[in-house]
Amino acid sequence: MPDISLELQQKVQQACSQKQAVAIHGNHTKAFLGNACQAEPLDVSGHQGILHYEPTELVITARAGTLLSDIVKTLADNGQMLAFEPPSYAANATLGGTLACNLSGPRRPYCGAARDYMLGCRIINGQGQILSFGGEVMKNVAGYDVSRLMTGAFGTLGILLEVSLKVLPKPAAEWTFKQDINLQQAMQNLTLWRRQPLPITATCHDTEYLYYRLSGTEGSITQAHHKMGGEQIKEGDHFWERIKEHRHAFFDTQSPLWRLSVPATANLADLKGKTLLEWGGAQRWLVSQMTPEKLRQTVSAAGGHATLYRGMPEYQQRLHPLDAALQALHKRIKQAFDPDCLLNPGRMFPLH
Amino acid sequence: MKNKIDQRQLVQLLSTLLDADSILYKTEDTRPYECDGLSAYRQLPLLVLLPKTIDEIQAVVKVCAEHAIPVIARGAGTGLSGGALPRADAVLLSLARLDQILKIDIELCTATVQPGVRNLAISEAAAPYGLYYAPDPSSQIACSIGGNVAENSGGVHCLKYGLTVHNIAQLKIITIDGELLTIGSQALDAPGYDLLAVLTGSEGMLGIIVEITVKLLSIPERAQVLLAAFDDVELAGHAVGQIIAEGIIPAGLEMMDNPAIRAAEDFVHAGYPVDAAAILLCELDGTNEEVSEQLMYVSSLMKKCGATLVKTARDESERQQFWKGRKAAFPAVGRIAPDYYCMDGTIPRRQLPWVLKRIAEMSAEYQLPVANVFHAGDGNLHPLILYDANKPGELKKTEAFGGEILRLCIEAGGTITGEHGVGMEKIDQMCIQFSDDELQQFHRLKRAFDPAELLNPGKAVPTLHRCAEFGAMHVHQGKLAHPELERF
Repeated sequence: MPDISLELQQKVQQACSQKQAVAIHGNHTKAFLGNACQAEPLDVSGHQGILHYEPTELVITARAGTLLSDIVKTLADNGQMLAFEPPSYAANATLGGTLACNLSGPRRPYCGAARDYMLGCRIINGQGQILSFGGEVMKNVAGYDVSRLMTGAFGTLGILLEVSLKVLPKPAAEWTFKQDINLQQAMQNLTLWRRQPLPITATCHDTEYLYYRLSGTEGSITQAHHKMGGEQIKEGDHFWERIKEHRHAFFDTQSPLWRLSVPATANLADLKGKTLLEWGGAQRWLVSQMTPEKLRQTVSAAGGHATLYRGMPEYQQRLHPLDAALQALHKRIKQAFDPDCLLNPGRMFPLH
Repeated sequence: MKNKIDQRQLVQLLSTLLDADSILYKTEDTRPYECDGLSAYRQLPLLVLLPKTIDEIQAVVKVCAEHAIPVIARGAGTGLSGGALPRADAVLLSLARLDQILKIDIELCTATVQPGVRNLAISEAAAPYGLYYAPDPSSQIACSIGGNVAENSGGVHCLKYGLTVHNIAQLKIITIDGELLTIGSQALDAPGYDLLAVLTGSEGMLGIIVEITVKLLSIPERAQVLLAAFDDVELAGHAVGQIIAEGIIPAGLEMMDNPAIRAAEDFVHAGYPVDAAAILLCELDGTNEEVSEQLMYVSSLMKKCGATLVKTARDESERQQFWKGRKAAFPAVGRIAPDYYCMDGTIPRRQLPWVLKRIAEMSAEYQLPVANVFHAGDGNLHPLILYDANKPGELKKTEAFGGEILRLCIEAGGTITGEHGVGMEKIDQMCIQFSDDELQQFHRLKRAFDPAELLNPGKAVPTLHRCAEFGAMHVHQGKLAHPELERF
């Protein structure tokens, strides 16, 4: 696979000299996340390839255009995984897009988010400079943590060229169980389980059942299941895959779909619509016709925030707005990396 | 730098905001604050302030910003890189009096605490609920959580449980404008940029941390430690890779070389084999069943890897004893030499044999002995250089040796600091690890938070001017063109 970082750098330098903003994209699989961005498209999907992978070092370094599926397969061949279990939402999702959106799956509350596994990156900033931060080692406190700042920045601070991620061994066994209880009872169980040393690695209430996954040695799973109860389901992997990729029947809707990130115990009874609960209660998916303002007011009051995932294509405040002081700080950080606002302008927050 | 107002005028201004016992300005009162855990560097501050509330801190910061007086935050002063080293023109802002645990939320499993709370105190307060705070720097009895956030502290358990950045949910900070901001949230993420990550490890350069919400984990059902001894350091290094290759992530995986083993054994009688070239301490935790299975597995694996001795702690008190030796390694080494200088590089683990060999060669060249303790699981190396500060020139020689070790870590594909921070100590080596463009990017990020550069100025990220000077020094192989000039 060719290294096209210099070619990409030239394009950004050209954009700088012409003050022409660019809309960074890989294979467009995350185009629905964040606001639409009116700018010259900049395709980074050709920048592919796994550069270093040494299983005993628990680190993989790859170019940002590498397909997420290639990374997952390479790791699986060595008994390892991306512990944040990222959703891809399409077969050709790239590693760069996944990290730029900081996407994590069912394992997130138990093993950490994409940002937690970010060790280092090479970027092109808004001035067309190629810069490296972090590295390929687990512990590194030299300089500010720019690598983690890049995760979830939607490309607005820099174009990801290469990333180094910590990886983990796959558990020896993973079994999934379900309990026939309602949402309230499920939340009570989840709260009780949170402070016990149980090998839980995924939880979901899909409006009908509480599902949970236990990982580890067979002995420890059996022992934990004994305490927790529930009936084992076959094809547990398939269930979590469908939740992660939004292929579960719950997501089959034309109505707006919201992602709510809230304190795990938050009571959101005031929200109208149907809810699928994940992450021990900390991530809720809401299908609702509520107005964004009213919905966000309720979620904010509960200490959380709401992202519009699908629906209302004309609505251009898809990520949760910030308060004035934080918004001003964000603007200054954006200027520090991209003084002319050339990278994905308006993608995170509307331009004023 | 000359301030616009002098010490007397500043004291006068501040005395309307703080109680008299919160302002220290006489030399005999400020002397205890002249250094942090890196005692080789000392400087008396302009004043020391000991505010008691967030309101007081906001008021003080506003006054300092108005008069362009730099502000240096300080926690418990246990930092090892001079991050809290005072300046003659700066206020030293001690957060020691903000020492309350505000809330333990047993439903969300979090603790909200003030920055002056000691690391270990959080776990002690959470223990009755079966919870604990995972990052455990060796100084955890004394170090404060605010300082842990500022340095992104690690500890012996971070291979499995992560660093400070992985274990905090929310911060409240005071900006240089005196504004109180909430960063992060009580949920698992927050909208906007990951400012929680940027602030963690920012060494007091971006804001004053005044409240922290940490995540608490449930205390594992069982933790057990296994000790394996090797007559060859390289074999021990190889064994570390083998444990991980087998898909086991120990809670802790530590290595000590012979000088460190001897020093620790003499000091705390941990039960270490003093004739071994290296020992590994491997802690396994989890459910009872899991730990039993893994113990048997690791034990036979260690024998296969050439361990001359493998033993498991008989009971909790022996487990504590094994760890005590490791955690006391620094003070133990302190007993066998008048002074020691602790390095903190991180390397890819596979480079360990080569790096240790080079350190041994340099040790002979510089005629300064070295003891190595190593967070082997995550590649974080702590060579301790033994020296005598009272011998003329020996500190300089030690610093030069330390600088070479850091350069070696970069050459091996690693970093100059894994968990102690850059502070003042490693600021010149930042010039080797980062390009001018990268350093400039760091400076621009700092100015987004602190445009006038008043928060802990001169630390953590070198100016390009400083790097040019450092580079020039190296061109001349340590022979300075104008040795009479004051440089640092």
